[in-house]
Amino acid sequence: MDDIFGIPAPLLFGQLLLGLINGAFYAMMSLGLAVIFGLLNIINFTHGAQFMMGAFAAWMLLEWAGLNYWWALVLVPIIIGFTGVVLERLMISRLYKLDHLYGLLLTFGLGLIIEGVFRNQFGSSGLPYRIPAELQGAWDLGFMFLPIYRGWVVIAALVLCLATWLIIEKTRLGAYLRAATENAPLVQAFGVNVPRMVTLTYGFGVALAAIGGVLAAPIYSVNPQMGTNLIIVVFAVVVIGGMGSILGSIITGFGLGIVEGLTKVFYPEASATVIFVIMAIVLLARPAGLFGRA
Amino acid sequence: MTPTRRSLLTASVGATLMPALPRLGRAQAANTIRIGVLNDQSGAYRDISGPYGIECTRQAVQEFGDKGFAVEVIAADHQNKPDVGANIARQWYDQGVDLIIDVPTSSVGLAVNNVAREKNKAYINTGSATSDLTGAQCSPTTIHWMYDTYMLAKSTGGAMVKAGGDSWFFITADYAFGHALERDTTNFIRAAGGRVNGSVKYPFPATSDFSSFLLQAQASRAKVIGFANAGADTINSIKQAAEFGVTRGGVKLAALLMFLPDVHAIGLRTAQGLVLTESFYWDLNDRTRAVSERLRPRLKDVRPNMASIANYSCTLHYLKAVADMGVAASKASGVEVINRMKAMPCDDDAFGAGTIRADGRKLCPSYLFEVKSPAESKGPWDYYKLLQTTPATEAFRPMNEGGCSLVRS
Repeated sequence: MDDIFGIPAPLLFGQLLLGLINGAFYAMMSLGLAVIFGLLNIINFTHGAQFMMGAFAAWMLLEWAGLNYWWALVLVPIIIGFTGVVLERLMISRLYKLDHLYGLLLTFGLGLIIEGVFRNQFGSSGLPYRIPAELQGAWDLGFMFLPIYRGWVVIAALVLCLATWLIIEKTRLGAYLRAATENAPLVQAFGVNVPRMVTLTYGFGVALAAIGGVLAAPIYSVNPQMGTNLIIVVFAVVVIGGMGSILGSIITGFGLGIVEGLTKVFYPEASATVIFVIMAIVLLARPAGLFGRA
Repeated sequence: MTPTRRSLLTASVGATLMPALPRLGRAQAANTIRIGVLNDQSGAYRDISGPYGIECTRQAVQEFGDKGFAVEVIAADHQNKPDVGANIARQWYDQGVDLIIDVPTSSVGLAVNNVAREKNKAYINTGSATSDLTGAQCSPTTIHWMYDTYMLAKSTGGAMVKAGGDSWFFITADYAFGHALERDTTNFIRAAGGRVNGSVKYPFPATSDFSSFLLQAQASRAKVIGFANAGADTINSIKQAAEFGVTRGGVKLAALLMFLPDVHAIGLRTAQGLVLTESFYWDLNDRTRAVSERLRPRLKDVRPNMASIANYSCTLHYLKAVADMGVAASKASGVEVINRMKAMPCDDDAFGAGTIRADGRKLCPSYLFEVKSPAESKGPWDYYKLLQTTPATEAFRPMNEGGCSLVRS
């Protein structure tokens, strides 16, 4: 078999594919963050906890209500999105007039509290969540053995990302959103209920995180720290892509997943740091991010 | 554990009264033994000991009863960070804590080892695995109570090689513990004529996706994939190995350090057939069943494992030594109280009779278990069947091979 940089080609293809799968999660998560930051100017550090809540909600629906994975995929974003709406109304909406830092502190603190509550309740080892029967098994691709479920995650993430992008860039609602981002008082003057739109946008961003959680539940064990592991990386992805850039966060999410995957082959010890090295370089060369407007 | 309004109020009232009653406070402190349980309360290793380790310690204090001195148990979270752990240890010893126990995560375990030696205070490690605690870094103030990497490598690693697994690939947590476990297991593999095809060291604790490493392991064509990790990492490794069909074609998985709660979290469907080593299983004999039953009100739905119940065992033995030599003398010198513990034979329901060697190694048998299939298991926590027992005298590294300075002199 041919070698590429001393690595057998099949192994390299396998790693690229795995990178794409992890990238799918990064893309979905950073998309939610970008949407929220774009309109609310809030850096939503509760995002990781909301991702985790999504996974736990799927587990609870299965264990306590007997509702399977497909139900969870529909219900969980609605339920967790609604908690987001309540959170925005009760707490976050009070901070819009203050510095970014307050929003960051509030959401960061809330994230820690939510994680702590779940840890006290459920422990740290995690709870098992079975892959749905329809998606069990694997495809033998020749160069690797690809679990069907992981393939499904990539497809689902791509569809979600594209749909979000289309809504924001191509629909009337999206046009209102973008306009409100630029100049909220003016949009309000045209009779659009901007505060309600802001609330629903936050709920939507949270719902995206929750879907990510449901998709992740069968892969990783459902545990309270699953969001913490992800949120810092995702935050770096958003910074690299450009704060608030929708397309930027999608492309950077998938791209960095692949970069991380390759690092795991060539120098595994650095796989947790490589994204931050890239972040530092991007910030030096293009402070607004790869796709951001300065 | 969790601070309630009442406990906070009491604490604040206590704090305001403190300066007014210095003599009373000091008189009480002089006759109170303070034990600090320092472990992971929030991360990958929480469920192995964490809150359960604290409860096991309290159970030992309760069973020890009143022998003329008071015993206070306090606890803290070291977050698996050596600097955090060493700082808490330093602060505790300075504030009159007489003994620190538990301390999982080998990097933290070794850091606290240095603090205890410097302060001449007693330290019993039940949670770290690195065999260096009784080897190059052994200390007169330290006892290593439970498993170590040599014992795990010999029992699980030795059994895998004997069963035909003569080529290995390691997936290793990149810190003191993973390195020591890989090193000790490699020695056994080589000694038995096997070879190591390769290894990856992944960042700890920032990794939750192991699929990439599993694929590399598969590509190496090794017969055995050795997981030199623990806790949530092992759980994720094994689940993902099943997902990617790594064991098709006869590749075996060796979970070199695995505990009962890990099996519980993975579920028997995926975990069945794995072999692992523990020094304790609640359903091993009448005594282990009895102590597990006594712990039930404290641990609720969870059964103890060798790490959490080691806190029970070592606390009992320590308190016996304190009763034997007096509170004042045991507070005065960590070396003295540890020496007294080494001189006394241990016996408790969890591990039975045992001894402590001059290098600080507590000796107990190690058991090789196989995880039951769902059909064999009668219910939650009925997970292990015993494959083989290594007697206490053979389970650990011979004292003269460790390079411990306490032994040479």
